[in-house]
Amino acid sequence: MRWIGIIVGTLMFVAGYVYLWEEEIPPAVMLSSSESINVYQLANGMKVLVQEDDRSNVVVSQVWYKVGASYEPEGKTGMSHVLEHMMFKGTDDYSAGKFSEIIALNGGRENAFTSKDYTAYFQRIASDRLELCLELEADRMRNLTLDEAEFKKEVEVVKEERRLRTEDSPTSLTYERFNATAFKSGPYHHPVIGWMEDLDKMTVADLRDWYNKWYAPNNATLVVSGDVKADQVVELANKYFGRIKAQQVPQQAVASAESQQSSRYLKVALPAQVPYLLIGYKVPSLTQAKTAEIESDVYALEVLSGLLDGGNSTRLSKNLVRGREIASSAGAGYNLYDRLNTLFILSGLPSAKSNISELKQALFDEVEKLKSNPPEQSELDRVKAQVIAANVYEKDSIFYQAMQLGILETTGLGWNKKDEYLEKISSITPQQVQDVANKYFVEETLTIAELKPLPMQKAKQTRTNSAGARHAN
Amino acid sequence: MQINTRFILLVTTLLLSAVSLNAFASPRILQWHTAKGTPVYFVESKQLPIVDIRIIFDAGSARDDSQAGLAVLTNALLAEGAAEKSAQQIAEQFEDVGAQFGNGALRDMAWLSLRSLRDDRYLRPALLTLKDLLSKPTFSEESFQRELANLKVARQAAKQSPETLASEAFYKALYGDHPYASPVNGDDESLISMQRKQVLNFYDRYYVSSNAVIAIVGQLTRAQAENMADDLVSELKKGIKIPPLPPVKNLSEAQTIKIDFPSQQTHIMMGQPGTQRGDKDYFSLYVANHPFGGSGFSSRLVDEIREKRGLAYSVHSYFSPSRELGPFLIGMQTKNEQAQQALGLLTSELQKFWQKGPTEDELESTVKNITGGFPLRIDSNKKIVEYLSMIGFYHLPLDYLHNFNRQIEAVTLEQIKSALQRRLNPEKMITVIVGASTESKASSQNR
Repeated sequence: MRWIGIIVGTLMFVAGYVYLWEEEIPPAVMLSSSESINVYQLANGMKVLVQEDDRSNVVVSQVWYKVGASYEPEGKTGMSHVLEHMMFKGTDDYSAGKFSEIIALNGGRENAFTSKDYTAYFQRIASDRLELCLELEADRMRNLTLDEAEFKKEVEVVKEERRLRTEDSPTSLTYERFNATAFKSGPYHHPVIGWMEDLDKMTVADLRDWYNKWYAPNNATLVVSGDVKADQVVELANKYFGRIKAQQVPQQAVASAESQQSSRYLKVALPAQVPYLLIGYKVPSLTQAKTAEIESDVYALEVLSGLLDGGNSTRLSKNLVRGREIASSAGAGYNLYDRLNTLFILSGLPSAKSNISELKQALFDEVEKLKSNPPEQSELDRVKAQVIAANVYEKDSIFYQAMQLGILETTGLGWNKKDEYLEKISSITPQQVQDVANKYFVEETLTIAELKPLPMQKAKQTRTNSAGARHAN
Repeated sequence: MQINTRFILLVTTLLLSAVSLNAFASPRILQWHTAKGTPVYFVESKQLPIVDIRIIFDAGSARDDSQAGLAVLTNALLAEGAAEKSAQQIAEQFEDVGAQFGNGALRDMAWLSLRSLRDDRYLRPALLTLKDLLSKPTFSEESFQRELANLKVARQAAKQSPETLASEAFYKALYGDHPYASPVNGDDESLISMQRKQVLNFYDRYYVSSNAVIAIVGQLTRAQAENMADDLVSELKKGIKIPPLPPVKNLSEAQTIKIDFPSQQTHIMMGQPGTQRGDKDYFSLYVANHPFGGSGFSSRLVDEIREKRGLAYSVHSYFSPSRELGPFLIGMQTKNEQAQQALGLLTSELQKFWQKGPTEDELESTVKNITGGFPLRIDSNKKIVEYLSMIGFYHLPLDYLHNFNRQIEAVTLEQIKSALQRRLNPEKMITVIVGASTESKASSQNR
């Protein structure tokens, strides 16, 4: 199956398909088909993935664009996400809100999400209504209005979203500062929602440029999963998306993250109640793994993250929450499907009888243990047992499965990486886990952030009843 | 590229009329009692080699009996040691076979859940472990102290969240001396005075077979599910019937609670006692709320607050039905300077809606949205097992899902108006406002 990936890679970045006869849409080409996943490419370069699953009369339709916060230049952060909001604000033919209204009338649920690496739009709906979704998505891929007045209101909504999720949450603020320190510059430096100053300056013209630049069929993937027939889906997809011309999409320069040569430490002092700790090391993502060696490092890191935080039996719960009772909660995480090299993160809240420096020491103790001894085979087997089971459980959610396909296509790995996961994880040895701990958990790429709570004013409460009587307590 | 608008609408109409709403098959639910008398709700699901089980007890925080947090703590401790096994051994036993264990407690229910591969090599050991922690929990002093301390940290962390503070104040004001007022995760005083003995008593009283409901979905025959359910509760004590909760009293007066908090946004919650499971007005109220604040972008609240004015990211309303009257709640957050404007809008929208109800068009769209979306409610085993739990716990009829769309379609504008007028009173709302006060500025402007 590997050759398919190569062909696709070539097609994707050839710019400027020109079709003289818009009405005559060239047929889609089937790239591959496996047990349940069929892959096509429309003549304009748009990828179409269909997963047939007839367990219920439902379909999930997702359109993925290769654009997200990590594509944004400094000073214009948050554009991808605000544009995602504006995608619901009308086209030439459908006024603001009409998209949502039509989907709702058909019993559907719809929304969208933006990350550092992608922007995606989805509907969940009875499977006989798929055509409607494709027609509307194709329309807003090309014909978005981007009205000035609508933008002015919507950017205020996004600022409220930022206040809700970030400004008023001490842990989110700490994470944002931590991330911006670990990635001092480069694509992963800024938050997906954007800095408040950039939201303040943003204009509808910025968004129009951004939309024109990235919203093209040859920069998008349609993933459809559910009670559908693949050949019918691709026919419908071609009918609506096939009419849209391919265009030149900027070759996204993979800005190499600046190299870090010494550890970084920051203390975030905020009004808060509970301290919070984040530790991060720079690690490769699968997308950036150019050699077989780095690729197996990536899977070894994935197993390592399972050993630390893959369930209630694993090391952080066993040793830090129970055991030494140093953390009231602790976690470890790593997103191997990030588009660029990324962070392996350890985090936690100290327990009532502990404090942040003991927690920090305890997390470093866990890192040291991984470096000095290979893990027990039984621990590895437990991680693998869970991966094997999860591989079956995920079939209970067509949305989740479609999402995995969309992420893999959009970050550049290709959907069929999904099929390798189980085998690659199963092949990791205890020695490899120890090796990656020594290779990547090094002082030079370390970033530590501590949330240091400042006193909060004591909440003052006033009650007023209908009669106007006031009580203070 | 042009798309013809009329064409789309035509397609939509055709699709809507072509699909008979009853064409969406609802799962076939089988129901029986175990040898111990525990009701079992079962759906056979052949396609995937997995099994989902939930055991639900009437052991939520409504049973805290003035020791707030007791229900949550007891439930959490079930997995912290049982039948001579440590928390570590229990976790390993589940994870060795790839099983996913879960537990939790809210106001009405406390539950344990298990998802396992169907193959007996995995399923059997997982069930044995589940049975142990259900019927032989240790409640050791050590784990009691640890989990209690962690609840205190969580409680402390909650105090940096304006939303959590608002929610706690809202429930307290709404329910007064009713058991639903008990903060689910405990309060400062209760977490200090909590005793291990109380946990043991709580378990003995509420985790009994006569207070349980079992829900099972998976690749099993009825006979297999019967054996499984029988065995699971075979070592639970039968217990005595738990007395019903007292009814919720209607509010006697409006009340506004302001909490000064150093946040950029003000969180607003407004509400009253709403509806309960099995309520004769339930479907009228559910349908009524949908176009008001229950359907996201199709709702009036989102339209007025977010779409027209850009005042908030999230604004919503819902009836949260429970054993006794659960809340009707309107919630939003906006930057502090806009709080008064938002509050005014919420109040006037509620007043308007309460007086006139939805329009005919709104009702029609609502019915299309809810009934057309029915298949989405039951498109996974996980969702079905949750429906079974709800049906079982609240004694809803077995044909609840089968008749769901019919019930929605039967609701009339007159029923909605009557239900709104009888069940809500805009003059007696609880209003909670948490945020940094801009009152001094506002009031000086008023003068």
